[in-house]
Amino acid sequence: MFIIIGIMFGGIGIGYLFRKIAFLQKLNASISYTIYLLLFLLGISVGTNETIMNNLGTLGLEAFLIALAGTLGSVVAAWVVYRFFFKRKESNI
Amino acid sequence: MKGSLIIVGFFVLGCLLGWTKLLPSSLLEQNFTVYVLYFLMFQVGLSIGSDKKLKEILSSIRPHLLLVPMATIVGTLIASALVSLLISRWSMYDCLAVGSGFAYYSLSSILITELKEASLGVQVAAELGTIALMANIFREIIALLGAPLFVKYFGRLAPICAGGATTMDTTLPVITRYCGKDMVFISIFHGILVDLSVPFFVPFFCSL
Repeated sequence: MFIIIGIMFGGIGIGYLFRKIAFLQKLNASISYTIYLLLFLLGISVGTNETIMNNLGTLGLEAFLIALAGTLGSVVAAWVVYRFFFKRKESNI
Repeated sequence: MKGSLIIVGFFVLGCLLGWTKLLPSSLLEQNFTVYVLYFLMFQVGLSIGSDKKLKEILSSIRPHLLLVPMATIVGTLIASALVSLLISRWSMYDCLAVGSGFAYYSLSSILITELKEASLGVQVAAELGTIALMANIFREIIALLGAPLFVKYFGRLAPICAGGATTMDTTLPVITRYCGKDMVFISIFHGILVDLSVPFFVPFFCSL
């Protein structure tokens, strides 16, 4: 955990120091390719894993429950913030 | 949406390749995924640090605008903790780690698979990583499809909080359409902050 966050902070520091270099502004494409590679590797480890392949339905259901809960939790919290902090200020946002 | 299809495509391609068992097992035992992950995190850091808009964004923060990403984070985490009571197979912290992906499925699934390996073992960590990938893709889909309903019943901030880390890119068009153009700035600001929170929350809950 600390290695990962440490590496990211190292990146932030270096990125800030060298922010004038044009190359750094084109990182988004390179980040996307790295993500593709990682998801491809994750796919390989999932595909070779028979337990996962045989239980995709169960895993999908658990995933759906967590997704639904998270979304509902945040829209309820959004309603509270909207109702008490935004509606009154609506005119001056 | 196109971006998510490409990512899912690469994942499915990997699944099929793994499933056919064409790859030599010596290649699979090499754990170079973790180095690719380090490389990814370094690039994420570089892009944050070199972002010319970073100062602009930091200086435009108004206290009451921070309440929007806070609502997303607090609401998601409470609900993820509650839903873990229904899912007996995974601990509360596992569900919190999955929920705190906030629809940022690529990064959260990779982080969980790698970071949970030490405590759960390769097999179970890969299962939780797969759940994280699916759960956070589902969340993006729910946010895209549910936006009009959320506005109607929970107010104009609801589609933004539902979208989690995606409200600065993939769900922005839907939010603009159903919440109004004046919400675009809040939506982008919210997306950036929630996006930045993912590399902190996911490793944090994985370590508990």
